[in-house]
Amino acid sequence: MKPTRRLWWGLILLILLSPLGLIVPELFKSGPAWGEWRLEEIEKMIGFVPEGLKKWVDLWSAPLPEYHFGGWEKKGLFHSSLGYILSGLLGVGMVVLVTLLLGKWMRRKDPPAKGS
Amino acid sequence: MHIPDGYLGPQTYGVMYGAMVPLWALASRIVRRTLQQRHVPFMALGAAFVFVIMMFNIPIPGGSTGHAVGGVLIAILIGPWAALIAISIALVIQSFLFGDGGVTAIAANCFNMAFIMPMTGYWSYRLIGGRAPATSRRRWIAAAIGGYIGLNVAAVTTAVMFGLQPLLARGADGRPLYFPYPLEIAIPVMALQHLLLFGIIEAVITALLVIYFQRTEPSLLEIGEGKR
Repeated sequence: MKPTRRLWWGLILLILLSPLGLIVPELFKSGPAWGEWRLEEIEKMIGFVPEGLKKWVDLWSAPLPEYHFGGWEKKGLFHSSLGYILSGLLGVGMVVLVTLLLGKWMRRKDPPAKGS
Repeated sequence: MHIPDGYLGPQTYGVMYGAMVPLWALASRIVRRTLQQRHVPFMALGAAFVFVIMMFNIPIPGGSTGHAVGGVLIAILIGPWAALIAISIALVIQSFLFGDGGVTAIAANCFNMAFIMPMTGYWSYRLIGGRAPATSRRRWIAAAIGGYIGLNVAAVTTAVMFGLQPLLARGADGRPLYFPYPLEIAIPVMALQHLLLFGIIEAVITALLVIYFQRTEPSLLEIGEGKR
Protein backbone atom coordinates (compact mmCIF):
# COMPACT_ATOMS: atom_id res chain seq x y z
CA MET A 1 0.00 0.00 0.00
CA LYS A 2 1.26 3.49 -0.80
CA PRO A 3 2.35 5.34 2.35
CA THR A 4 -0.16 8.14 1.85
CA ARG A 5 -3.03 5.68 1.47
CA ARG A 6 -2.02 3.98 4.72
CA LEU A 7 -2.00 7.35 6.45
CA TRP A 8 -5.50 8.20 5.18
CA TRP A 9 -6.76 4.88 6.57
CA GLY A 10 -5.05 5.67 9.87
CA LEU A 11 -6.89 8.98 9.92
CA ILE A 12 -10.24 7.29 9.36
CA LEU A 13 -9.46 4.87 12.19
CA LEU A 14 -8.74 7.85 14.46
CA ILE A 15 -12.09 9.43 13.54
CA LEU A 16 -13.86 6.16 14.40
CA LEU A 17 -12.06 6.10 17.76
CA SER A 18 -12.75 9.79 18.47
CA PRO A 19 -15.80 9.15 20.74
CA LEU A 20 -13.20 8.08 23.33
CA GLY A 21 -12.54 11.82 23.65
CA LEU A 22 -16.17 12.14 24.70
CA ILE A 23 -16.57 9.03 26.85
CA VAL A 24 -13.31 8.95 28.82
CA PRO A 25 -13.68 12.47 30.33
CA GLU A 26 -17.22 11.51 31.35
CA LEU A 27 -15.91 8.42 33.15
CA PHE A 28 -13.50 10.59 35.12
CA LYS A 29 -16.18 13.23 35.77
CA SER A 30 -14.04 15.93 34.17
CA GLY A 31 -15.46 19.26 33.09
CA PRO A 32 -14.52 21.48 30.15
CA ALA A 33 -10.98 22.72 29.47
CA TRP A 34 -9.62 25.38 31.80
CA GLY A 35 -10.61 28.74 30.33
CA GLU A 36 -13.47 27.33 28.22
CA TRP A 37 -16.26 27.38 30.80
CA ARG A 38 -19.95 28.00 30.33
CA LEU A 39 -21.44 31.09 31.96
CA GLU A 40 -23.04 29.10 34.82
CA GLU A 41 -19.69 27.54 35.62
CA ILE A 42 -18.01 30.93 35.79
CA GLU A 43 -20.72 32.22 38.07
CA LYS A 44 -20.23 29.23 40.37
CA MET A 45 -16.46 29.80 40.48
CA ILE A 46 -16.24 33.55 41.07
CA GLY A 47 -19.77 34.57 42.05
CA PHE A 48 -20.55 36.69 38.99
CA VAL A 49 -20.33 36.67 35.20
CA PRO A 50 -18.06 39.38 33.77
CA GLU A 51 -20.08 41.91 31.71
CA GLY A 52 -18.09 41.75 28.50
CA LEU A 53 -17.86 38.00 28.61
CA LYS A 54 -21.63 37.68 28.94
CA LYS A 55 -22.12 40.10 26.06
CA TRP A 56 -19.81 38.41 23.53
CA VAL A 57 -19.79 34.72 24.44
CA ASP A 58 -22.66 33.87 22.07
CA LEU A 59 -21.45 36.09 19.23
CA TRP A 60 -21.32 33.17 16.83
CA SER A 61 -23.73 30.25 16.86
CA ALA A 62 -21.93 27.35 15.25
CA PRO A 63 -24.06 24.85 13.29
CA LEU A 64 -22.62 21.87 15.20
CA PRO A 65 -21.65 23.19 18.63
CA GLU A 66 -19.05 21.10 20.48
CA TYR A 67 -19.07 18.49 17.71
CA HIS A 68 -22.63 17.47 18.56
CA PHE A 69 -24.92 16.48 15.76
CA GLY A 70 -28.52 17.75 15.72
CA GLY A 71 -29.22 17.31 19.43
CA TRP A 72 -28.09 13.67 19.42
CA GLU A 73 -26.01 14.30 22.53
CA LYS A 74 -29.25 14.14 24.54
CA LYS A 75 -30.18 10.69 23.20
CA GLY A 76 -27.57 8.67 25.07
CA LEU A 77 -24.01 7.54 24.55
CA PHE A 78 -24.54 5.66 21.30
CA HIS A 79 -26.12 8.59 19.51
CA SER A 80 -23.72 11.15 20.92
CA SER A 81 -20.77 8.97 19.84
CA LEU A 82 -22.24 8.56 16.37
CA GLY A 83 -22.77 12.31 16.19
CA TYR A 84 -19.18 12.90 17.27
CA ILE A 85 -17.92 10.59 14.51
CA LEU A 86 -20.11 12.31 11.90
CA SER A 87 -18.82 15.70 13.10
CA GLY A 88 -15.29 14.36 12.78
CA LEU A 89 -15.91 13.13 9.24
CA LEU A 90 -17.52 16.40 8.21
CA GLY A 91 -14.79 18.48 9.86
CA VAL A 92 -12.00 16.44 8.32
CA GLY A 93 -13.72 16.65 4.93
CA MET A 94 -13.87 20.44 5.16
CA VAL A 95 -10.29 20.74 6.43
CA VAL A 96 -8.98 18.51 3.63
CA LEU A 97 -10.98 20.34 0.95
CA VAL A 98 -9.81 23.79 2.07
CA THR A 99 -6.19 22.64 2.39
CA LEU A 100 -6.16 20.99 -1.03
CA LEU A 101 -7.65 24.11 -2.66
CA LEU A 102 -5.19 26.42 -0.90
CA GLY A 103 -2.34 24.01 -1.60
CA LYS A 104 -3.26 23.91 -5.26
CA TRP A 105 -3.13 27.68 -5.37
CA MET A 106 0.16 27.85 -3.47
CA ARG A 107 2.20 24.99 -4.82
CA ARG A 108 5.17 25.59 -7.03
CA LYS A 109 5.46 23.57 -10.20
CA ASP A 110 7.53 20.45 -9.69
CA PRO A 111 10.86 20.56 -11.51
CA PRO A 112 10.87 18.21 -14.52
CA ALA A 113 12.09 14.73 -13.68
CA LYS A 114 15.70 13.97 -14.53
CA GLY A 115 16.28 12.68 -18.03
CA SER A 116 13.01 14.00 -19.48
CA MET B 1 -6.52 25.90 24.63
CA HIS B 2 -9.25 27.17 22.28
CA ILE B 3 -10.10 30.62 23.62
CA PRO B 4 -13.86 31.26 23.22
CA ASP B 5 -15.54 34.55 22.28
CA GLY B 6 -15.89 36.98 25.17
CA TYR B 7 -12.82 35.76 27.05
CA LEU B 8 -10.45 38.30 25.47
CA GLY B 9 -11.14 42.01 25.16
CA PRO B 10 -10.93 43.74 21.76
CA GLN B 11 -7.47 45.19 22.50
CA THR B 12 -6.09 41.69 22.86
CA TYR B 13 -7.82 39.90 20.01
CA GLY B 14 -7.32 42.95 17.79
CA VAL B 15 -3.58 42.91 18.41
CA MET B 16 -3.53 39.19 17.67
CA TYR B 17 -5.22 39.75 14.29
CA GLY B 18 -2.63 42.46 13.71
CA ALA B 19 0.11 39.93 14.42
CA MET B 20 -1.38 37.00 12.50
CA VAL B 21 -2.25 38.72 9.20
CA PRO B 22 1.41 39.38 8.34
CA LEU B 23 2.39 35.93 9.65
CA TRP B 24 -0.24 34.26 7.45
CA ALA B 25 1.01 36.33 4.48
CA LEU B 26 4.65 35.45 5.18
CA ALA B 27 3.81 31.77 5.63
CA SER B 28 1.94 31.62 2.34
CA ARG B 29 4.86 33.33 0.57
CA ILE B 30 7.36 30.88 1.99
CA VAL B 31 5.13 27.91 1.28
CA ARG B 32 4.47 29.11 -2.27
CA ARG B 33 8.19 29.17 -2.87
CA THR B 34 8.92 25.75 -1.41
CA LEU B 35 5.80 23.60 -1.65
CA GLN B 36 5.85 20.96 -4.31
CA GLN B 37 2.76 19.48 -5.85
CA ARG B 38 3.36 16.05 -4.36
CA HIS B 39 3.58 17.56 -0.88
CA VAL B 40 0.08 19.08 -0.97
CA PRO B 41 -1.66 15.84 0.15
CA PHE B 42 0.68 15.69 3.16
CA MET B 43 -0.35 19.19 4.11
CA ALA B 44 -4.02 18.14 3.92
CA LEU B 45 -3.29 15.01 5.94
CA GLY B 46 -1.45 17.10 8.52
CA ALA B 47 -4.31 19.59 8.87
CA ALA B 48 -6.80 16.71 9.16
CA PHE B 49 -4.65 14.94 11.77
CA VAL B 50 -4.45 18.09 13.89
CA PHE B 51 -8.22 18.48 13.63
CA VAL B 52 -8.91 14.90 14.74
CA ILE B 53 -6.31 14.66 17.50
CA MET B 54 -7.89 17.68 19.18
CA MET B 55 -11.21 15.77 19.42
CA PHE B 56 -9.56 13.36 21.89
CA ASN B 57 -10.27 15.18 25.12
CA ILE B 58 -8.06 13.94 27.92
CA PRO B 59 -9.42 14.23 31.45
CA ILE B 60 -7.73 15.38 34.61
CA PRO B 61 -9.79 13.21 37.00
CA GLY B 62 -12.43 15.36 38.69
CA GLY B 63 -10.98 18.45 37.05
CA SER B 64 -10.83 19.90 33.57
CA THR B 65 -9.90 18.39 30.23
CA GLY B 66 -7.29 19.13 27.61
CA HIS B 67 -5.88 17.62 24.45
CA ALA B 68 -2.79 17.16 22.35
CA VAL B 69 -2.46 19.28 19.18
CA GLY B 70 0.02 17.45 16.96
CA GLY B 71 1.40 20.82 15.90
CA VAL B 72 5.07 19.95 16.29
CA LEU B 73 4.71 16.61 14.50
CA ILE B 74 3.17 18.40 11.52
CA ALA B 75 5.96 20.99 11.57
CA ILE B 76 8.57 18.20 11.55
CA LEU B 77 6.85 16.57 8.58
CA ILE B 78 5.98 19.54 6.35
CA GLY B 79 8.03 22.38 7.84
CA PRO B 80 6.92 25.01 10.37
CA TRP B 81 5.52 27.51 7.84
CA ALA B 82 3.36 24.96 6.03
CA ALA B 83 2.32 23.77 9.51
CA LEU B 84 1.23 27.32 10.35
CA ILE B 85 -1.14 27.27 7.36
CA ALA B 86 -2.37 23.71 7.97
CA ILE B 87 -3.08 24.21 11.69
CA SER B 88 -4.74 27.58 10.99
CA ILE B 89 -7.14 25.88 8.57
CA ALA B 90 -8.08 23.29 11.21
CA LEU B 91 -8.63 26.04 13.80
CA VAL B 92 -10.79 28.15 11.48
CA ILE B 93 -13.05 25.18 10.65
CA GLN B 94 -13.25 24.23 14.35
CA SER B 95 -14.34 27.74 15.21
CA PHE B 96 -16.92 28.36 12.48
CA LEU B 97 -18.43 24.90 12.20
CA PHE B 98 -18.14 23.58 15.75
CA GLY B 99 -17.84 26.66 17.95
CA ASP B 100 -14.52 25.32 19.30
CA GLY B 101 -12.62 28.57 19.82
CA GLY B 102 -14.25 31.96 19.33
CA VAL B 103 -14.53 33.74 16.01
CA THR B 104 -13.01 36.90 17.50
CA ALA B 105 -10.26 34.72 19.01
CA ILE B 106 -9.28 32.90 15.79
CA ALA B 107 -6.09 34.95 15.42
CA ALA B 108 -5.22 34.52 19.11
CA ASN B 109 -5.76 30.77 18.88
CA CYS B 110 -3.74 30.59 15.66
CA PHE B 111 -0.96 32.59 17.28
CA ASN B 112 -0.71 30.07 20.13
CA MET B 113 -1.35 26.77 18.36
CA ALA B 114 -0.38 27.45 14.72
CA PHE B 115 2.56 29.81 15.22
CA ILE B 116 4.12 29.58 18.71
CA MET B 117 3.69 25.83 19.04
CA PRO B 118 5.10 24.60 15.71
CA MET B 119 7.91 27.19 15.69
CA THR B 120 9.22 26.57 19.21
CA GLY B 121 8.71 22.81 18.91
CA TYR B 122 10.25 22.50 15.46
CA TRP B 123 13.35 24.54 16.26
CA SER B 124 13.87 22.64 19.51
CA TYR B 125 13.67 19.44 17.44
CA ARG B 126 16.19 20.74 14.91
CA LEU B 127 18.53 22.01 17.61
CA ILE B 128 18.46 18.77 19.59
CA GLY B 129 18.36 16.52 16.52
CA GLY B 130 21.40 18.26 15.08
CA ARG B 131 22.95 16.44 12.17
CA ALA B 132 21.80 13.03 13.35
CA PRO B 133 20.39 10.90 10.51
CA ALA B 134 16.59 10.91 10.02
CA THR B 135 16.31 7.36 11.33
CA SER B 136 18.39 7.83 14.48
CA ARG B 137 17.19 7.50 18.04
CA ARG B 138 18.35 11.06 18.67
CA ARG B 139 15.76 12.30 16.17
CA TRP B 140 12.73 10.77 17.85
CA ILE B 141 13.94 11.88 21.27
CA ALA B 142 14.32 15.38 19.81
CA ALA B 143 10.77 15.09 18.43
CA ALA B 144 9.40 14.12 21.85
CA ILE B 145 11.15 17.06 23.52
CA GLY B 146 10.01 19.37 20.71
CA GLY B 147 6.39 18.28 21.15
CA TYR B 148 6.62 18.78 24.90
CA ILE B 149 8.17 22.24 24.59
CA GLY B 150 5.82 23.36 21.80
CA LEU B 151 2.62 22.49 23.66
CA ASN B 152 3.82 23.96 26.94
CA VAL B 153 4.99 27.25 25.46
CA ALA B 154 1.64 27.55 23.66
CA ALA B 155 -0.19 26.86 26.93
CA VAL B 156 1.77 29.65 28.60
CA THR B 157 1.15 32.20 25.81
CA THR B 158 -2.56 31.31 26.04
CA ALA B 159 -2.41 31.83 29.82
CA VAL B 160 -0.71 35.21 29.35
CA MET B 161 -3.52 36.34 27.04
CA PHE B 162 -6.06 35.16 29.63
CA GLY B 163 -4.27 36.65 32.62
CA LEU B 164 -3.78 40.07 31.02
CA GLN B 165 -7.55 40.61 30.78
CA PRO B 166 -8.20 41.76 34.37
CA LEU B 167 -5.32 44.23 33.96
CA LEU B 168 -6.65 45.60 30.68
CA ALA B 169 -10.39 45.99 31.20
CA ARG B 170 -12.57 46.49 34.25
CA GLY B 171 -16.14 47.72 34.53
CA ALA B 172 -17.29 50.79 36.51
CA ASP B 173 -17.61 48.55 39.57
CA GLY B 174 -13.96 47.46 39.25
CA ARG B 175 -14.82 43.90 38.28
CA PRO B 176 -13.03 42.34 35.29
CA LEU B 177 -14.95 42.62 32.02
CA TYR B 178 -13.57 39.51 30.32
CA PHE B 179 -11.47 36.58 31.54
CA PRO B 180 -11.57 37.02 35.32
CA TYR B 181 -8.42 35.36 36.70
CA PRO B 182 -5.10 37.26 36.89
CA LEU B 183 -1.72 36.15 35.51
CA GLU B 184 -0.68 34.71 38.91
CA ILE B 185 -3.46 32.12 38.58
CA ALA B 186 -3.74 31.63 34.82
CA ILE B 187 -0.05 30.90 34.18
CA PRO B 188 0.55 28.32 36.94
CA VAL B 189 -2.71 26.47 36.26
CA MET B 190 -2.25 26.27 32.49
CA ALA B 191 1.47 25.49 32.82
CA LEU B 192 1.01 22.73 35.40
CA GLN B 193 -1.76 20.95 33.48
CA HIS B 194 0.37 20.89 30.36
CA LEU B 195 3.70 20.17 32.04
CA LEU B 196 2.31 17.23 34.00
CA LEU B 197 -0.21 15.65 31.62
CA PHE B 198 -1.07 17.06 28.20
CA GLY B 199 2.55 17.86 27.30
CA ILE B 200 3.62 14.31 28.06
CA ILE B 201 0.86 12.94 25.83
CA GLU B 202 1.89 15.37 23.08
CA ALA B 203 5.51 14.18 23.45
CA VAL B 204 4.51 10.51 23.24
CA ILE B 205 2.30 11.02 20.16
CA THR B 206 5.00 13.06 18.42
CA ALA B 207 7.71 10.49 19.17
CA LEU B 208 5.57 7.47 18.22
CA LEU B 209 4.65 8.91 14.84
CA VAL B 210 8.22 9.98 14.12
CA ILE B 211 9.33 6.41 14.95
CA TYR B 212 6.58 5.12 12.64
CA PHE B 213 7.90 7.28 9.81
CA GLN B 214 11.50 6.27 10.59
CA ARG B 215 10.53 2.62 10.14
CA THR B 216 8.19 2.93 7.15
CA GLU B 217 9.02 6.02 5.12
CA PRO B 218 12.06 7.90 6.50
CA SER B 219 12.22 10.09 3.39
CA LEU B 220 9.05 11.86 4.61
CA LEU B 221 11.03 13.13 7.59
CA GLU B 222 13.16 15.20 5.23
CA ILE B 223 10.39 17.15 3.50
CA GLY B 224 10.07 19.50 6.48
CA GLU B 225 13.72 20.43 6.24
CA GLY B 226 13.37 21.33 2.59
CA LYS B 227 15.71 18.54 1.49
CA ARG B 228 13.24 16.87 -0.84
